Amino acid sequence: MNDTTRFIPDRLRSPLEQRIKSWETLLLAVAIAIFIVNSFMSPFFLNAWNLSDMTFNFTEKAMVAFAMALLIISGEIDLSVASIIALVSTAMGAAVQIGVGTPGLVLIGLGVGLVCGAFNGFLVTRMGLPSIVVTIGTMSLFRGISYIILGDQAFRGYPPDFAFFGQGYVFWVISFELVLFAVLALIYYVVLHRTNFGRAVYAIGNNPVAAEFSGIRVARVKFILFLLTGLMSGIAAICLTSRLGSTRPSIAFGWELEIVTMVVLGGVSILGGSGSIPGVVIAAFVMGLVTFGLGLLNVPGIVMSIVIGALLIGVIALPRLWERWRLQAAKR
Amino acid sequence: MSKQALMSRELLLTGAIILLLGIIASRFPAFIAPGNLVNVFNDTAPLILLAIGQMIVILTRCIDLSVAANLALTGMVVAMLNVAMPGLPVPVIIALAITFGAVLGMFNGVLVWKLAIPPIVVTLGTMTIFRGIIFLLSEGRWINAHQLSDAFKAFPRTVLLGLPVMSWIALGAVVLFVVVMNRTSLGRAFYAAGGNPHAATYAGINVGRTQFWAFTISGALSGLAGYLWVSRFAVAFVDLARGFELTVVAACVIGGVAIMGGSGTVLGAMLGALFLGIISNALPVVSISPFWQLAISGSAIIIAVALNASANRKKGRIILKRAEQAT
Repeated sequence: MNDTTRFIPDRLRSPLEQRIKSWETLLLAVAIAIFIVNSFMSPFFLNAWNLSDMTFNFTEKAMVAFAMALLIISGEIDLSVASIIALVSTAMGAAVQIGVGTPGLVLIGLGVGLVCGAFNGFLVTRMGLPSIVVTIGTMSLFRGISYIILGDQAFRGYPPDFAFFGQGYVFWVISFELVLFAVLALIYYVVLHRTNFGRAVYAIGNNPVAAEFSGIRVARVKFILFLLTGLMSGIAAICLTSRLGSTRPSIAFGWELEIVTMVVLGGVSILGGSGSIPGVVIAAFVMGLVTFGLGLLNVPGIVMSIVIGALLIGVIALPRLWERWRLQAAKR
Repeated sequence: MSKQALMSRELLLTGAIILLLGIIASRFPAFIAPGNLVNVFNDTAPLILLAIGQMIVILTRCIDLSVAANLALTGMVVAMLNVAMPGLPVPVIIALAITFGAVLGMFNGVLVWKLAIPPIVVTLGTMTIFRGIIFLLSEGRWINAHQLSDAFKAFPRTVLLGLPVMSWIALGAVVLFVVVMNRTSLGRAFYAAGGNPHAATYAGINVGRTQFWAFTISGALSGLAGYLWVSRFAVAFVDLARGFELTVVAACVIGGVAIMGGSGTVLGAMLGALFLGIISNALPVVSISPFWQLAISGSAIIIAVALNASANRKKGRIILKRAEQAT
C-alpha cells in the first residue's frame, strides 16, 4: 500500500518467458522437488497404493478450494466451509438413523450444503454485510448446530454402498475421489477461464463498481458463488463422511484454514481480482505431498499445521519481499 | 446530545443485559445474588481483556484471530517457567506474560505494517503456528495443578475489597484503555486510521504503524489473559481456549464495534463481553446443554452485525433530513 511507485518494465515479456516465470510453473517445480525429496527420504513413498492414499490428503479440501478460489477472486471469502461440512455430515448422519438410503443421503448432503451457502449469500448480498464477519458468525452457528444435535455422541451405521464415495476405486489405484477431483477441476477451469461468468468474477474482484456499471449483476454473481461454495462443501462432506464412516461434530475442524491456504498458495490474490484454477490444482498436490511426506517421517499432525500456517504467510510475504528488493535494486 | 446519549449503544446494551438478568432471575432468583454476579464478572474477565484488545485492532480495520492461540501459548510458557523456577515472584511472571504476548502481537503487526499482508491471513496463519509451538514446547503434555506453585495459582483468586484480583485487573484495563482511547494521541490515531486511512495519512498519522501498535496491545492483553487463565484454572495444554477468538469477535460486534473500522468504545466491548459471559454462565443454570454455546455466539455475531449495519443506514438518513431542514 505504501509503494505508490511500482517497477514498470520497459517492454512486455514474451509469451514463453511469461509462462516460464509464472506462479504456476514455480509451484510445479516446487511440487516436483518435494516429490523427489520425498522419494529419497522414505522408501515407502514410491508405491502406487501409497501415492493413491496420498491423494486423499487433498481431494476433499481441493473440491471446496475450487469454489473458494472463485469466491476470493470476486473479493469475498467464506470461512464457514468446514462448519458447513460438519453440518452436512450431521444432517446425513441423522437421516441414516431414520433409515434413509444412499441416494437420499446424497440429496440431503447437496441440499443442506446449498441451503448453508444460500444463507451466507443472502446475508452478504441482500443485507450488505461484510463476508468475513458473516462467515465467522455462520462458522460457529453451523458447527454449533452440529454440537446441539450430536453433543459428545457420534452418528454411525452408514449403508454399505454409501462407502463408495470415499473408499471406492474406479480403476486400479485411481479412487472415485480422485476422478471426481479431476472432473471438478476441469469444470471449474472451463467456468472460470472460458465463460462470461468467469470473466464477470474477475471483473467484480478488480472493481465491483465498474463491473456493476458494465452491466454485470454483481450481487447475483456473488450469491451464485456462495451457493457454489456451499454445494462444494456438501460434496466434500459426502466424500469425507463416506471415507470416515462416522460423524462427530468436530469433523473437518480447521479445514477452512487449509482450504484458504491452498487457494492462496495457488496464486489467487487474497485481495481479489486474480488467480487461476491450474494454480489451485498444483497447490493441492503440493500440500498433499508435504503432509504425506511429513506423515511418512512420523511428524505429528499439529506440527504439520505449523508448516501450513508458515506456508500461508510465506507465500504472500516472499513475493512482496522480492518485489521490494527488486524495487530497491531498480532505484540504485 | 442527551437524545444521542439515551440511544447510545452502551445504554441499549446495558438495558439488554438488565433485561437478560431479569428473565433469568424470574425463574432462578439465586442467579442475581451479588456473590454470583461477582463470579459471573470474574469468569468474564479474560474475555473483557481480549475484547478490549480486539476492539482496538478492529478499529484500525484489521482483525486478530490469533488472540486465543496467543493466550494459550503465553499461558503454557509462564506455566512451564513456573514449573522450572517455582520461586519466581508473581509480578515478574505477569510482566513476562505481558511482554511475551506483546512480542507475539508485534509479529502480527510487523507483517501487516511492513509487508501489507491482509490481517486475516496473517492471524489465521499465526493462530496455527502459535498452537503448533505450544505442542513443540510441551510435547503434547498437560501442566496440571500439582505442578504449579501455590503463589502462581493464588494470585488471581485473592479477594480485595470483595472482588477477586482477576476482576480488578479487568476493571483496571477498562479504565486504563478508556483514558488511552480518549485522552492520548495514540488512542485518537486508532480511530483516525480506521475511520479514514487516507485522511489519517494526510493528517500525519502513519496508518501502518498505528495498526502495528493495535496488534501489540492486543497481544499484550492476550498474554496477560494467558497467565490469568492458566493460574485460575490451574491447567495448561495445547487446546486451551480453542475457538475463543470467535467469542472475542462476537463480544466486539455485540458491543457495537464497527467491523469496517473507525467506530467502537472500550465500554461497548466490555458490555458485549459481559452479555456473552452472562449467557454462558446462565446456560447450565437454566439447564440448557453447554453444547448450545457455539451456536448462540454464532447467532449473536450475525444478529449484532446485521443490527450494526441497519443502525448505520438509519444514521445516514437522519443526516440527510437534517441537511434538508437546514436548507
